[in-house]
Amino acid sequence: MKLSPGLRAVLRVFTVLLLVIIYTPLLLVVLNSFNASATFSWPPQELTLHWWKVAADSTGARHALWVSIQVALLATLISLVLGTMASLAMRRTRFFGRNVVSLLIILPIALPGIVTGIALNNAFRTVLGLELGFLTIVVAHATFCIVTVFNNVQARLQRLGTNFEQASMDLGAGRWTTFRLVTFPMLRSALLAGALLAFGLSFDEIVVTTFTAGSQQQTLPIWIFNNLFRPNQAPVVNVVAAVLVLLSAIPIYLAQRLSSGVTQSAAAAP
Amino acid sequence: MPTAISLRGLSKHFGDVKAVDDLDLDIADGEFFSMLGPSGSGKTTVLRLIAGFEQPTAGRIELGGKDVTGRPPFARDVNTVFQDYAIFPHMSVRQNVEYGLRVKRVPRADRRARAEEALATVRLEGYGDRRPHQLSGGQRQRVALARALVNRPQVLLLDEPLGALDLKLRRQMQIELKQIQRDVGITFVFVTHDQEEALTMSDRIAVFNEGRIEQLATPVELYEQPASSFVAGFVGTSNLLEGPVARDVVGSDGQFVVRPEKVSMLAPADAPAEDGEHCVARGTVREVVYLGAATHSVVDLDAGATLTVAHQNTDRSIDAALERRGQQVLLVWSRDSLVPLGGNDAVPAGSTTGRQPSSPEENTP
Repeated sequence: MKLSPGLRAVLRVFTVLLLVIIYTPLLLVVLNSFNASATFSWPPQELTLHWWKVAADSTGARHALWVSIQVALLATLISLVLGTMASLAMRRTRFFGRNVVSLLIILPIALPGIVTGIALNNAFRTVLGLELGFLTIVVAHATFCIVTVFNNVQARLQRLGTNFEQASMDLGAGRWTTFRLVTFPMLRSALLAGALLAFGLSFDEIVVTTFTAGSQQQTLPIWIFNNLFRPNQAPVVNVVAAVLVLLSAIPIYLAQRLSSGVTQSAAAAP
Repeated sequence: MPTAISLRGLSKHFGDVKAVDDLDLDIADGEFFSMLGPSGSGKTTVLRLIAGFEQPTAGRIELGGKDVTGRPPFARDVNTVFQDYAIFPHMSVRQNVEYGLRVKRVPRADRRARAEEALATVRLEGYGDRRPHQLSGGQRQRVALARALVNRPQVLLLDEPLGALDLKLRRQMQIELKQIQRDVGITFVFVTHDQEEALTMSDRIAVFNEGRIEQLATPVELYEQPASSFVAGFVGTSNLLEGPVARDVVGSDGQFVVRPEKVSMLAPADAPAEDGEHCVARGTVREVVYLGAATHSVVDLDAGATLTVAHQNTDRSIDAALERRGQQVLLVWSRDSLVPLGGNDAVPAGSTTGRQPSSPEENTP
C-alpha cells in the first residue's frame, strides 16, 4: 500500500508517541531502582546499587518470587496437559454443543478477573471446604492459563489436518505410537509457545490471586501491592518491579520468536 | 488367480448421499487395477474404505480371503500413497521410509537395508538424509511410494498420486509406476480421474459413476466397447448418435458411439458408393482444432448431431484441413467401428466435446 508522505509522517509521529507513553513509565521504574534518593527525587542526583542489594536480602520479596515461580510452573503444567487433551478431544469427536464447550474453555480469559476471583473464592471455601493457599492459587491460575495452550494447540491441529496421522496409522502405527511419533513432535512448538504465554499470564496475575491466596501465601505481584505504600519499602518495590518487567518480557519474546519461526519453516515446507 | 481384495455389498452413506452404493468387486492378486471416475463418483471413498479410514455403512471387505471390515488401518496389510503424499515434515527421508518398519519393531540394521532398497527402487539412492522440504514434488511422490513399498504390503492403494505433478513428469511416472508394479508384483489399486492415466497403466479399469461401477473392463474393451454413454463420454471423446439422428445416419433405433479417429472426412464430391458396410453423413465443419500430433474437426451433421473427427497429422494436410472451416463435408466410417450402447444413461455434461474432466480432485465428504 502506498501512503502519501504527509500521512506517513503523521503515522510515524503517532507510533513514536505511543511507544513513549507506554515505555517511559517502565523505564522510570528501572531507573528509579538505581536512584540513591529514597523519595525518588527527579532527576536522580546519584545512582546506586544499594536498593538492589536490599531487595536481594529481603526475605519477603525472595519468598514471594519463589512462590510466583512455583505457581506459574504448576499452572503451566496443568494447562499443558488439560489444554492439549481438550483440543485433541474437540477435534476427534463431533458432538452436540461442541462449539459451546470450546467457547466455555476460552471464556475465562475474557471474564473480569474480579468475577473469576470472587467466584473461585466462594467455591473453594464454601462448596469444596478448602483452605485458601498455594494449591488454590495454582488451580485458579490454571483456569485461564489453559486458554493459551488450548488455542495454540487447536490452531496447529487445524493447520496440520488429519493426513499425517492417517499416514502413520496406515503404516502400521497404533494410536498411541502415532501420537508419540507424529502428532506430538508436530505440536511441540505450539505447546512451547502456549506454555510460555501461560507462564507469563500466571506470573503477573494479581486480581484472581488476591481472592484465592488466603493470608498465608504471597505471590510477587501481591507482595509489591502490599509494600507499595510503605515508605521505607518503596525503593525495594522499584527493584522488584524492574525484575518483574524483565522476567515477564522474556517468555513473551520467546513465544513470539517461536511462533514466527514456525510459520517460516512451515512456509518453506508446504 | 487368487483374489487380493474382495468387496461384497459395500455401501457408504454420508447422510443422504450414497457415496458408495452396494458395490461388489474382486481384484486379483498382482493386478494393476484402476478406479476411474469424475469428482464425487465414490472412487476415493472405496479406497478409504479398503484402507480402513472409513467404516462402511453396510457390506464386507476381504483382504486375501480374510474379513477385515471392522479392523483399524494399522491392522490391515495395505499401504496408501496419499494424494498430498503426507510425508512427515519433521523426519528425514530415511526416517520417513523406515517408519512402517520402525513401528513394527524391525531391527535397526534390517530396516536400514530395506529402506535403502526401497529408495533404490524409486531411484532416490543417496537422498536418505534430506529433509522433505528440500525435495521437489516428483521426489516427494517417490518418497511416499518408497515409504509404502518398504512394508511389502499385500495391496498398495494410490490416491491420485500423480495429480500434483506437471504433465511431462506425470507421463514419466506413469511408465515408472507400471514398471515398479511389475517388478514388485504387488497389487496396485489406483484412483484417478484422468482417463489417459488409467488407460496407460491398468490391467483392468472400473469406471465409477454415482457410487456404482458403470463398467469393469480392460483398457481396450473400455475404449472400444463402452457399455454406456457415460463410459463412452468419460473415456475418450465420444461421438453419440441417438434418436432421429441414429435412424437417419445408422438406419436403426438406439444409441451408437463412433470414436473420432475411426471417422474419415471427405469432400462432398468424393462420396463413396453405397455398399452397406459404411455409414455416411453430411455436415458442416464448425471448428478445426490443431493439436500438434493430430487435428480435431468438429462437424455439425445435417441430421442434427455434432461429431468430432480426428486426423493424424502424418503429412502436411493440415493446411487443407484448416481451410475446411465452414465448408460442407462428408463423414464416412465403417459399420464395424460403430458401438451400440445398451442403456439410456445420460451423457455427462460437456463430455461430447472431447474435453477431459477438469476437476483436479474429488471432494468426497
